[in-house]
Amino acid sequence: MSYIKSTFRHPSAKVNSLGFAKTAYEGALSTLCAGCGHDSISAAIIQSFFEMNIEPHKIAKISGIGCSSKTPTYFLGKAHGFNSVHGRMPSVSTGANMANKDLQYIGISGDGDTASIGMGQFAHVVRRNLNMIYIVMNNGCYGLTKGQDSATADIGSAGKKGVENQFAAIDLCQLALQLGAGYVARSFSGDKKQLIPLIKGAIEHKGFAFIDVISPCVTFNNVPTSTKGYEYVRDHLDATGTIDFVPERQELKIIHPEGTSKEVKLHDGSKLILKKNTHDYDLSSKREAMGIIETVREQKKILTGLIYLHEDPQDTHKKINSVDKPLNSLSQGEVCPGNAVLDALNEGFR
Amino acid sequence: MNKIKAINDFVILFANINGSGSASANNLFAKAVFRLGIPVSAKNIFPSNIQGLPTWFEVRVSEKGYLGRREGYDFVVATNGQTIVKDYNELATGGYFFYDSSRRLPDHLQRDDITIIGIPLTNICNENYTDPRLRQIFKNIIYVGALAYLFEMDFSVFEDSIKSQFAKKAKLIEPNINALRLGYDYAQKYFTDACALNIHRRDLNGDKIMIEGNTATGLGAVFAGVTVAGWYPITPSTSVIESFEKYCRQYRVDEATGKNKFAIVQAEDELAAIGIVIGAAWNGARSFTATSGPGVSLMGEFLGLAYFAEIPVFLVDIQRSGPSTGMPTRTQQSDVLAAAYASHGDTKHVLLFPATPKECFDMTVIGMDLAERLQTPVMLMSDLDLGMNTHLCEKIEFDDHHIYDRGKVLDYEALEAKQERWGRYLDVDDDGIPYRTIPGAHPEKGAFFTRGSSHDEYAAYTEDGKIYAKGMQRLLKKFDTAKTLVPEAEIHKVKDNNKLGIIYYGTSTYAGHEADDLLQEQGIHLDEMRIKAFPFGKEVEEFMQSHETIFVIEQNRDAQMKTLLVNEFQLDPKDLIPVLNIDGMPITAQYIADEINNHINPSQGKSKKFEVIS
Ligand SMILES: Cc1ncc(C[n+]2csc(CCOP(=O)(O)OP(=O)(O)O)c2C)c(N)n1
Ligand code: SF4
Ligand SMILES: [Mg+2]
Repeated sequence: MSYIKSTFRHPSAKVNSLGFAKTAYEGALSTLCAGCGHDSISAAIIQSFFEMNIEPHKIAKISGIGCSSKTPTYFLGKAHGFNSVHGRMPSVSTGANMANKDLQYIGISGDGDTASIGMGQFAHVVRRNLNMIYIVMNNGCYGLTKGQDSATADIGSAGKKGVENQFAAIDLCQLALQLGAGYVARSFSGDKKQLIPLIKGAIEHKGFAFIDVISPCVTFNNVPTSTKGYEYVRDHLDATGTIDFVPERQELKIIHPEGTSKEVKLHDGSKLILKKNTHDYDLSSKREAMGIIETVREQKKILTGLIYLHEDPQDTHKKINSVDKPLNSLSQGEVCPGNAVLDALNEGFR
Repeated sequence: MNKIKAINDFVILFANINGSGSASANNLFAKAVFRLGIPVSAKNIFPSNIQGLPTWFEVRVSEKGYLGRREGYDFVVATNGQTIVKDYNELATGGYFFYDSSRRLPDHLQRDDITIIGIPLTNICNENYTDPRLRQIFKNIIYVGALAYLFEMDFSVFEDSIKSQFAKKAKLIEPNINALRLGYDYAQKYFTDACALNIHRRDLNGDKIMIEGNTATGLGAVFAGVTVAGWYPITPSTSVIESFEKYCRQYRVDEATGKNKFAIVQAEDELAAIGIVIGAAWNGARSFTATSGPGVSLMGEFLGLAYFAEIPVFLVDIQRSGPSTGMPTRTQQSDVLAAAYASHGDTKHVLLFPATPKECFDMTVIGMDLAERLQTPVMLMSDLDLGMNTHLCEKIEFDDHHIYDRGKVLDYEALEAKQERWGRYLDVDDDGIPYRTIPGAHPEKGAFFTRGSSHDEYAAYTEDGKIYAKGMQRLLKKFDTAKTLVPEAEIHKVKDNNKLGIIYYGTSTYAGHEADDLLQEQGIHLDEMRIKAFPFGKEVEEFMQSHETIFVIEQNRDAQMKTLLVNEFQLDPKDLIPVLNIDGMPITAQYIADEINNHINPSQGKSKKFEVIS
């Protein structure tokens, strides 16, 4: 099997406004199991960055360890990537972001990687409001170590082995909300129409953007008794509303009947258009967002879509008041005080 | 009774209560000795506590310039009721016991071989001050004033110190000088000729300074161009970051915008701290962390990643007594092996061993260069004694001609010019060091996937054992290159064909050096080697091969440096005689000399403290 994709493209293939074809956003061929939800998420990431006209090499993709964390090899091949250690993607992302605030950071993690071993780092990267997109490919199990229950598995859910999980599930969206994330969304790997606008919104969002994507593991957790299998998820989806991403200055083409949609502006002027359904609440209210997740859960359904949005311009760099120039671009002259200051300093130590 | 008589050569112990403000008074005293031109070393022996527990401060005055700890107290300043009996009993025969005579000494303290100097510190304070806080603070200043008289110290030095200390709070100058006077006058009136220990002005300190190792290390990081620091508080390393931040605020704030040319992230734990350093280094910033043993243990997994994925990391380890939480406020050199081979799998790391604050500064500057040149973790192995005590050392200098060595980095132009295929882990120069690229450098070239899983020369994942093995061997070659780049050991041969040698490193240096002098006097001549880095260079190997019996001085239980030497050079362990101290106090010259003497002349006596394993 070849792991290198052909980069040939038909001369008439569509290019984005930077002149890049979609192939420029692709990566190596996936080695995940056929049908794995993670591959669909990779495809949605490729599509989103392509359509958002982001220069591929201005993106840094960072992950932990797991099947999910392998996916950065399979998208954005022109971008640097870092497959770090299990559960520690948030700290590596923090350091990378501190060094260069000008790149777009996308962190990929699994439910094991985030909700168990990396729980502490997850909590703290949210608190820091690091300017990044954080995607959890959530399959309710540890794919790479052969299907053990993860901490997001619902009570009573049973994977391929047939043993029901007894332990309370961690809802990563609620956790992110509680810890102060400004952009909180949940989606399903099988719902491209919803996932792509959510990723685009996350790209535009300044600060920490979190997307929990339910992503079935076809090999270990895709049985009817699992609440993270394709069948169950499809039957239990309950969206906050259908969503469209409208880039800055673009005219609204779809006109929704009055009162049935609402518009959320992002800092650069682009908009997220949310076509409302039964759930109508203030997206910028943490309290209401928490409540609706609970309400929908009580109905034994899975809330997806954009759940919360409240842009906080104080990202980590703002909080620590760092210079506008990326720190990794400062020259020796800009950072080294030089011997001249040492006379006075030495005198102070006498 | 024979009183101890000495000029500029004795040890004073201050016994205080933690958090009572004694530290600044004691430092005032030590600084005065320094300003009188006499070499001095001060050691703070403090508890893991914020307030209330006993704390001691040892000051060694040494005209000969010996800066290591010396056992035995010639003069004790006892201000702590909790420890007064112990302090009294530990005083040397012929010594002086200075105490607050506002309360009577316990009746059973009846030594007749010492001189008692009772000064009613509390009463003097109560008579002169009404504010309870001032009473506490000035009690300490008063005893310093009394010492100035007793040791015949030039009083103007104290006045000048107070004036410069409170230059910005001029209101406090008068009251402090008055407090000094109160002590001075009382001692002069009641203890005119009581003390035969004197501190007389000399001019031996030149343009030297007194500075804590951690202060110098943090300053070094500023000069080394570090822009990102990730850290988690732990004694005794915290003050490294505090110093880094202090000097960043001084030198790294953009004048026009008031914004910072640095990022300091207090992480949630040491795993995150090192993760931040790795992320920043991967992304082309100079970054560092400071921690102690427990932190190094937690950083293990990440250090292996940095080793294998070849990311420049600079880590400062301020060692303290282990294992586990151990004695968290006592010194040791017990992380040597844990650091050298940190992480699972086959790993080896570059270590630097500073012995003075000046070296902490220099080795931080060099260390950052080495990390980037070698693309690997480099660790500065300081310790609590060096880091948290004030040491007399050469002044700090930075060579403005020194251009940072950013190592083998391909930037946009280099990538653009490149014809042949670039491989992240390709050894093109035959020194084991490949070329790296920084994210975002070029739109089409140089992107790769960094990983801690096995990779080929082009950074692609591989499970081909031969390719993996080749990569691991290349890392060894890189380690060989490191041997030629790290600071050389300092070797001092005392005579030709000498078969006896002594090795020390870091804070064992002061005492090791002094021990050599003591042994010389007894006719034992040792060639000296001070190790400054791991991996060991050729000169270390040559020294090991040319001496038959070598004493290795260390402050750990398991002779960790010896283990490293034996392991790296395939030596016969029997040829290396460890001299070890693990009580958490800085090792002393007398102890080293006794141990070596006993080994060479076994009939004369037994090892005093610990068995010499041979
Ligand atoms: C320190 C450490 N412990 C354990 C492992 C083994 N391990 C690898 S992946 C994984 C779980 C991955 O689960 P998840 O993050 O949900 O990813 P998935 O494979 O399900 O996408 C574990 C436990 C490891 N690599 N490192
Ligand atoms: S084991 Fe599961 S998670 Fe891993 S690749 Fe296969 S389907 Fe995906
Ligand atoms: Mg998983």
